[in-house]
Amino acid sequence: MKRLFPILSVLTAAFLAYALYRALVIAPTDALQGDVYRIIYYHVPSAWTAFLLFLINFVGSIIYLIRRSQKADILALVSAEVGVVFCTIVLVTGPIWARPVWGIWWAPGDIRLTSTLVLWLIYVSYLVLRRFSTSAQTQMLAAALAVFGALDVPLVYFSIWFFRTQHPQPVIGGGGSMDPRMLHTLLINWLAFLCFAFLICWSRYRLEVLHREIDEAHAMESLSGDRDSNKASMPLTRSGK
Amino acid sequence: MNAVKFLFAAYIATWVIHLFYIGTLLRRFSRLKQQLRDLGRDPSHSS
Repeated sequence: MKRLFPILSVLTAAFLAYALYRALVIAPTDALQGDVYRIIYYHVPSAWTAFLLFLINFVGSIIYLIRRSQKADILALVSAEVGVVFCTIVLVTGPIWARPVWGIWWAPGDIRLTSTLVLWLIYVSYLVLRRFSTSAQTQMLAAALAVFGALDVPLVYFSIWFFRTQHPQPVIGGGGSMDPRMLHTLLINWLAFLCFAFLICWSRYRLEVLHREIDEAHAMESLSGDRDSNKASMPLTRSGK
Repeated sequence: MNAVKFLFAAYIATWVIHLFYIGTLLRRFSRLKQQLRDLGRDPSHSS
């Protein structure tokens, strides 16, 4: 396992470099937008990866609520955190793309943009709750929040089908057509980002397991410390009687 | 030409965010390994 991680990291880095090469060199220039459209190769795969991670968070939270499984809880936490990173990239690259194409950074009131921002805020709230709440119910509350938060994911995805919006129609299944080289490049970039997200989630999972082991060790240490001090105080109590 | 600046800005922003997050993970790892050493355990044997 310890050897597998560096090998997979090198392979993923090479895959990401190849995906970047395809995005900047192999994919043809768009007739309307010119080269700036190439932001799609980072913006859309990041959005798809974020949606997938939020779906994993939803499944992990449901499993935790049913079985109280600690592994499912860690999976939910990890996928939410990495999902927020990818969602942040969507929210940063979107306005950078919108400025030269729409002439504005942000379209206030646009349902796609607003629902994505709300989605990001929901999962940031989830992480803040997990980080700062000291209640014994934190894991359960966070899982419940995640289940309701996941309802925003289909709203974000389907908003461009059901509402009038500035945002363009979906690249796949939206009724439009795309040059096969562009489509292949997009899918290769998504696959590369999926590999990258998997490695990051793996590292974060190990980190969380380590964190919980240390917390447990500290708890055991303080428990044994309490026992020792109780033992030390017992004879005094008895002699007092 | 001006639009290409936006393209590079988006790509650079993406990697800055990813590298920043990886940096926070590495910092958390090294802090936890230090705590493990303080507890008298060998960090290389932990999961």
